[in-house]
Amino acid sequence: MSDRSDILVADKVTRRFGGLVAVNAIDFTIPEGTIVSLIGPNGAGKTTFFNVLLGIIDPTGGTIEFDGRQMIARPRRVGLESLVWVSPSILIVLVSLALGVTGVLSGGGITLAGLAAVGFLIATLLLAIVRPLWYQTFLLRLGIFRSARPNDMVQAGVGRTFQNIRLFKNMTAVENVLIGMHTQMRATLADGFLSTRRARREEDVADRRAQELLTLVGLRGIGNELAKNLPYGDQRRLEIARALASRPKLLLLDEPAAGMNPKETQDLMKLISRLRTDLGLTVLLIEHDMKVVMGISDRVTVLDAGRKIAEGTPEEVRRDPKVIEAYLGTPAV
Amino acid sequence: MSVVQDLPAPQGTPGFRARAADFGGRHRSTTIIIGMALVGAILPVLASVPPFTAFQNQASWMDGFTNAGVFVLLALGLNLVVGVAGLLDLGYAAFFAIGSYAYAYAASPFGNEVLGINIVATLGDQAGLIFWPMLIIGALVAAAFGILLGAPTLRLRGDYLAIVTLGFGEIVPIVFLNADALTNGTNGIGGIARPYLPGIGSFSAMNPWPYYVTMLVLVTVVMIFCYRLVGSRIGRAWEAIREDELAAAANGINTVTTKLLAFALGASTAGIAGVFNASKLTVVSPDQFTFIISFTVLAMVVLGGMGNFWGVAVGAFVIYSINNVLLKTLNQFFDTVGVPILKDIDFIQLQFLLYGIALVAMMLLRPEGLFPNSRRKRELHAEMTLPGEDEMTLPEVTEEGGR
Repeated sequence: MSDRSDILVADKVTRRFGGLVAVNAIDFTIPEGTIVSLIGPNGAGKTTFFNVLLGIIDPTGGTIEFDGRQMIARPRRVGLESLVWVSPSILIVLVSLALGVTGVLSGGGITLAGLAAVGFLIATLLLAIVRPLWYQTFLLRLGIFRSARPNDMVQAGVGRTFQNIRLFKNMTAVENVLIGMHTQMRATLADGFLSTRRARREEDVADRRAQELLTLVGLRGIGNELAKNLPYGDQRRLEIARALASRPKLLLLDEPAAGMNPKETQDLMKLISRLRTDLGLTVLLIEHDMKVVMGISDRVTVLDAGRKIAEGTPEEVRRDPKVIEAYLGTPAV
Repeated sequence: MSVVQDLPAPQGTPGFRARAADFGGRHRSTTIIIGMALVGAILPVLASVPPFTAFQNQASWMDGFTNAGVFVLLALGLNLVVGVAGLLDLGYAAFFAIGSYAYAYAASPFGNEVLGINIVATLGDQAGLIFWPMLIIGALVAAAFGILLGAPTLRLRGDYLAIVTLGFGEIVPIVFLNADALTNGTNGIGGIARPYLPGIGSFSAMNPWPYYVTMLVLVTVVMIFCYRLVGSRIGRAWEAIREDELAAAANGINTVTTKLLAFALGASTAGIAGVFNASKLTVVSPDQFTFIISFTVLAMVVLGGMGNFWGVAVGAFVIYSINNVLLKTLNQFFDTVGVPILKDIDFIQLQFLLYGIALVAMMLLRPEGLFPNSRRKRELHAEMTLPGEDEMTLPEVTEEGGR
C-alpha cells in the first residue's frame, strides 16, 4: 500500500463533527527526510487534520500508517497484530468445533448450530480477504482495536510543538527537556523508590543530553532559567528542543513562526533546515508565513474546506489557480 | 531541581545554610533520616519540660504525637495525589478505612471468622506479629482499591474527579456500616491485636514508646520514598500532568496510567496509616472514617504547603495538635480559672469555625501554604516575577478536541 520511503501515509482520512465534514477523505504522504508543509485558509481543516495525525482526535474514517505501523484502529499490543487479526476466526472455529463435537456425541449428527458457525467462519474469512477495511471496522467495534493516543504517537516517533506555546512554564528549561525524554527513560517505580544505580546513571545521561539539545537549538547556558522567563523566540526553540528529546523520526511543527519578527523567522528556518540535514529528521509544518513555507518546503499540500486542493513543489502550488482562488484571488505570495 | 532550593540564595561565600542546602540536595535520604531522628528526639524532651507539662503529662503527649503521626502519614499520601499530581481527592478517608479494616480482618477473632482464617488462634499471644506484614498488605489492598476507583474515573478532570472521589469517600463507610454480617455494623470490629515485636513483646496502651518509635520509622520511610519518587522520572511526569495535561501527553506521558499510579500510591500510604491506627485503637468502626477526616487531611495539605512534603508534615502535626491538645486544654484551663464567658464556650465545638477562619485567612494572605513548594509559589505569584513577561505568550487557545 505504501512506499518504503514514506514515513507517514494517511489514507482517506475523514473527520466529521455532526454535519460538518472538517476533514474530507484526505490522502497524504510524507516521504522520509523531507520538509512538507500543510497550508490553507482559516477553517480549511489544517488543525483538525493535524490533531487526527497526533491521535488527539479519532478520525471517523480512513487509516494512518506511521513508519510502517498502523496507527488508527490498531491492536492494543503491538506485535500481537496478526493474532488479533485472526482471533475472531479462531473463536468461531473453537465454537463450531465444540458444537459439532457435542452434536455428534449426543447422537444428533451435524447440527444446524454447527453449520451456522462454519458458515459464519467462511463469511468472516471472506470479509477479511475481500474487504480488509470492513473487517477492521468490525474488529474495532468489538473493541479489539484501539487508535493511537498522543503518547502512543510519541512512542512511535512523532514529536510536536504547539501553535500557542505550551511549555511547562514553572519548570526550568532543562526540566522541560527532561520531560520530553520521558519515553526514552526506563526507570520504573521500584527504581524511583530505591534510587537504584541504574536510575541515577540514567538521570545523569538524561541531564547531559538535555544540555546537548539546548545547545543544538541555540539555547546554551540558559538551562536553569524558568521557561516562562525566556523571551518569546527562545520559548519556541525550547519547545522544539523538548520535542526532539523523544528522538522523533517525524517532527510536527504547528505554526512555529507565529508571532516572530523577521530575524527570528530567519533563524528558525535555518534551525529547521539544520534539523533535517544534521538529524535526518522529517518535518511536517503548518504555517501561515508564506516566506517560511516557500523557503524551506520540499512539498506543499493545500487544504480548503476540508479537502486537499493541491499538492506539489512550492513552485507548482504557487501557480495553481485553485490555490490562488482559495486565497481569495490573491496570489499565494 | 532539588526541593531544597527554596532557601534564599547565598550572598558572597557560601554560608552555612548554602552548604546545608547543598548537602541536603545531594544526600536527601540521609538528610531526612537525620531530620526525623532530631525531631523524634526533641519531641519527648519538649513534652517533659515546664510549659508543655502544664497541659498534660509526657506519656499523654507521646500518645498524642503518635496519633498526629497517623495524620502526617495521611497528609504525605494525599500530598502525592493533590499536591504533586494535581488530582483533587475529597474521599481520601475511604482508603484509610480500607487499610484499617484490612488489619482488623487479619488480627481480630471476628475478622478471622468472617474470612475463614485463623491467624489469631494460631499465633495466640503473638497475634500482633501479623502487624508487620499487614503494613505492606494493607498498603497493597488500599492501592488495589485506589486503582479500582481510579481506572474508570481518572479520565475526568478537576471538579468531576473531586465529586466522584467525594462519593467514594461516602460509600465506603456506609458499606462498612450496612454490611452487618461482614463488618459488625455500627459497633465495628473490636478485639484487634496490638502489634507484637519479639524482644519487646506486645505493644500496650500504657507504654507509648513502641508506638511512637514505630510511627517515627514509618513516617521516615514514607518521606524518603516520596522525595525519591518526586525526583524521579515518574515524579516529573506527575508535575507535567499537573501543569498541562495535553502537553504532557504530547511528550509521551501516558496520562491515564501515570495518574492512576499517583492515586494508587496515595491510597497505599493511607492504607499504612489505617493499619497502624487500627492496631493502636484495637477497634475499627465506620464512624472513624467520615468526610471530616478527608477534609481535615486536605486542610493539612493546603495549610502546610501543597507539594512540599516537609511542609505538609508540619501542617498535619500542627493542625492535629491544635485540634486535640490545644482546644481541649483551653476548655480545661478556662473551666479551672473560671473566666465568666469563656468558660461556657466549648472550644472543641468551635474546631470547624477555627478551620474556616484559618483557611480563609490563609488563602488571602499566603495561598501557597506555610511552607510552600517553590514551584507552587511561582504559579501563585506569577505577577510578581518579571514585569511584562505575560505579553510574551500568546493568548491561551484550548486545543482539547473531541473524541
